[in-house]
Amino acid sequence: MKSSKETIPQLFEAALSGERRSLGKLLTLVERGGETADDVAGLAHRKAGNTHVIGITGAPGSGKSTLTGRLLELFSQTGHNSAVLAVDPSSPLTGGAILGDRIRMDDLTDENSFIRSMATRGHSGGLALAVPAAIQLFDAVGYKPVIIETVGVGQVEVDVAGAADTTVVVVTPGMGDAVQANKAGLLEVADIFVVNKSDRPGANDARRDLDLMLDLGHISGLEEKTGYRPPIIMANSLEGTGSQEIIEAIENHANHLKSSGSIKVRQDQRTLMEIQNRVELLIGTTAKETLSTEFGKAMINAVLNRETSPAQAAKSIVNSLLND
Amino acid sequence: MGTEESSNGNPQEMWQLEYNKAKLRDIPFETMSGVPVDPVYGDDLFPGQYPYTRGIYPSMYRSRLWTMRMFAGFGTAEDTNLRFKELLRNGGTGLSTAFDMPTLMGRDSDSEWSLGEVGRAGVAIDTLSDMEDLFADIDLSKVSTSMTINGPAATLLAMYVAVAEQNNVAPDELAGTIQNDILKEYQAQKEYIYPPRPSMRIITDMVKYTTNEMPKWHPISISGYHIREAGSTAAQELAFTLANGFAYVEAAIAAGQNVDDFGRRLSFFFNSHSDFFEEIGKFRAARRIWARWMKERYGATDERAMFCRFHTQTAGVSLTAQQPEINIARVGIQALAAALGGTQSLHTDSFDEALALPTEDAARIALRTQQIVAHETGVANVADPLGGAPYVEWMTDEMERQAEAIFAHLEEIGDGSILEGTFAGIENGYFVGEIADAAYRFEREVNAGRRIIVGVNDFTEGDNPEDRNLLRIGAETEEYQLKRLEDIKSQRNQDQVDAALRVIAEVASDATRNLMPAIIDAVKTYATEEEISAAMESVFGTYVERAIV
Amino acid sequence: MSDQQYRVILAKLGLDGHDRGIKVVARILRDAGMEVIYLGLRQTTGSIIAAAEEEDADAIGLSMHNAGHLTLGPKMTASLNDARLDIPLIIGGIVPDEDIEELLESGVAAVLGPGASAEEVVSTVRDAISARDET
Repeated sequence: MKSSKETIPQLFEAALSGERRSLGKLLTLVERGGETADDVAGLAHRKAGNTHVIGITGAPGSGKSTLTGRLLELFSQTGHNSAVLAVDPSSPLTGGAILGDRIRMDDLTDENSFIRSMATRGHSGGLALAVPAAIQLFDAVGYKPVIIETVGVGQVEVDVAGAADTTVVVVTPGMGDAVQANKAGLLEVADIFVVNKSDRPGANDARRDLDLMLDLGHISGLEEKTGYRPPIIMANSLEGTGSQEIIEAIENHANHLKSSGSIKVRQDQRTLMEIQNRVELLIGTTAKETLSTEFGKAMINAVLNRETSPAQAAKSIVNSLLND
Repeated sequence: MGTEESSNGNPQEMWQLEYNKAKLRDIPFETMSGVPVDPVYGDDLFPGQYPYTRGIYPSMYRSRLWTMRMFAGFGTAEDTNLRFKELLRNGGTGLSTAFDMPTLMGRDSDSEWSLGEVGRAGVAIDTLSDMEDLFADIDLSKVSTSMTINGPAATLLAMYVAVAEQNNVAPDELAGTIQNDILKEYQAQKEYIYPPRPSMRIITDMVKYTTNEMPKWHPISISGYHIREAGSTAAQELAFTLANGFAYVEAAIAAGQNVDDFGRRLSFFFNSHSDFFEEIGKFRAARRIWARWMKERYGATDERAMFCRFHTQTAGVSLTAQQPEINIARVGIQALAAALGGTQSLHTDSFDEALALPTEDAARIALRTQQIVAHETGVANVADPLGGAPYVEWMTDEMERQAEAIFAHLEEIGDGSILEGTFAGIENGYFVGEIADAAYRFEREVNAGRRIIVGVNDFTEGDNPEDRNLLRIGAETEEYQLKRLEDIKSQRNQDQVDAALRVIAEVASDATRNLMPAIIDAVKTYATEEEISAAMESVFGTYVERAIV
Repeated sequence: MSDQQYRVILAKLGLDGHDRGIKVVARILRDAGMEVIYLGLRQTTGSIIAAAEEEDADAIGLSMHNAGHLTLGPKMTASLNDARLDIPLIIGGIVPDEDIEELLESGVAAVLGPGASAEEVVSTVRDAISARDET
């Protein structure tokens, strides 16, 4: 295993002073999980709380990486240092992954931005901890905004995207993306819609579909409460059109979060979710360990011999954990 | 086809009439043992008859063998010029130019991108001055020149026109071909500069210019070669290439060109790989599909606009670094497939190409290999000698079926337009994804030993790495070229250069104007290739590929 | 799943656009359980270094087909040294046997020639990473 000669506090100090390599190493530790990751996340947590988290999600080929690149350029031009965490699925068979779409940028943007690719590594529990920890690291080091880019399929991705302050859902014309996004539950978490490749036939249909679904109340009910309705922006990430509007929409949404007080609700929600995820993971791990103890084996045998039911056995195991 | 009678007689009689008009080579058309053979066998479809499955000419190689066109270019323009003159002294009439990587990418030799690449894989051209040296003492009205270049093709064509003008040769006297097939660059070869749509605009301007000013020039050679080298299957090579052809036709028609005028001047470039019958089926299917689409879909009436004329090169990617001498056998078999498939010209690869650029000896052996196919095997005596064989006909149909399925997909994603489908497929990674999948599948088969590559995963004894004699190109070329470029830049009139470049940017932003005259004016001021590319980039932008695996 | 989740950066440095081989290598490494960050075509030493730092790469693989390896290979190792990055560099593609020694002397960790099997590709990368870790 790769060892780093520096201690975690040393790496953290170096990262704070702007050394990319140290931040890169810390992200690896966070991703690997376990006690070390918790230590890093603990350090970061104390310094975090200043960034704005943007989730960008869309199907493969929706052009969301190109779009992210455009946003980075614009952020960079206005003096922002932004970070991107690009989450891609690992192969369930081999655990390997091809992470890509590191966006090509101009020199200035290169200087002002930090891009990190992260594989899901087959366990949603790990990702649910690694992503918030990575966000806090970026936050602590001073990146603002932090962009989380995910492929908009599957619960994990929706959860990750939904945990952002502002969630941007990217759809493309003609592929039934809007309908798919609805099915995946993305409409409920979207704060901004982008119809990318707006020069393609069917772009206006996609816009109309989204409008209709919003009318039918597929959103979380925030509109009635707060008067915020997710805007639909037509964009062409290859040519860069629409990017400025997206930035403005993000700013509008951020202002709305502040003025309505929802920002606190969201951030509390995110903290709550992180604690909950950690609890579940801890209980899950301990429960698995219990299954291989004498007591656990006895419970399994009792179920196999039909002396007790699986439900009863599970309750007994949980009770034994809680009483420890 | 078949037995259908027409007022002119049956297909055989019609073919015989045409055949009788053809001028034949003065050799006995008989076997080695003296048995006379017919020009073609079979009794329904004949060569030279629509849809030309059996060949585009009634007498095929009896009139004229395929052209043995060997690709050359290395070092400085002066080095290549010496090789050209040597070739012409030996009776050649066609020059084929390979450019180095910076030239192909629109970069000058002094760009930081060019480090280590100047003059290595071909000749380095920065300004008109290099082009003057490349064609010094060659009568451009007497030769046919092929230039393998795509992204900056307009600039190189402009330089060629300007050199000719200096020697009082008018554009309408110039004969040759420029590859200029930008679509396959986004799909496979990756030597692009601008995004696809502006690139199409430049090509359309070139087509218009050559149609009006250079009637003997072929403005596009639609190339499947690189698609196959990048790892596609035979059917993908066939389908992507022809679809690109359809896309150019649709773009030309949309720009007001006449399909017959434009279609006549198109030619193709295919790969000949090692699966003998698959390759032959592919070549036959290419002719049939192209003729049908040109006639039925695009309304061509001139049969020359329906001809799928093609150049073939043996598969560089099939050559092994292990026991390289055995590549000579691979090249021989691939060359035979190209001849049996009815190619119009052929480049045979040198056996050492998996290791380095070919040595002169290796290039000679490659040429001799196709001369053996042409002169010793007897395959040139009979047109489409395999036509009618059940397996060959089935394979031809199968290639066509697979290609049609791909066309249907492109039409679907392009809302009925192949041109739009091709743009969409480039944008969403369809082409590169399909090619990478095919390449990986093949690699896994080789790796699992389910596919034997002689010398690589079986029969590996006998490899002698220490015996190899490879061509090395030294750093002198780069130094020399950098000095030359510096001199030109200091001698030219900078105000003229700047003014000419401004005009290019102006014309580029106005789609109703043709870029060619502005580029020709600019090369005459000794503006460099990269300066001209940059002027267009300022309007068109650059293309960056998504890194899809 | 591998307990050691190696992260490997693959890239094409310079103008050379031959990407068939490197894409096959990307998939081979993925199928061996590694995480591959493919940067694509036309990278510079600077863009590769930035990616290596941000992605905390365990190894860098470059593919070269245009006879530029003797210029670009040492240029890359020099850049890695300047950036104080101790990451093994592996070069694949068309590299004549007689050039391998010179590349290794310039600091390249390993060279993969044409026709290397999937096992050779994977073991070369693994070995290069473990050799670095042992020092």
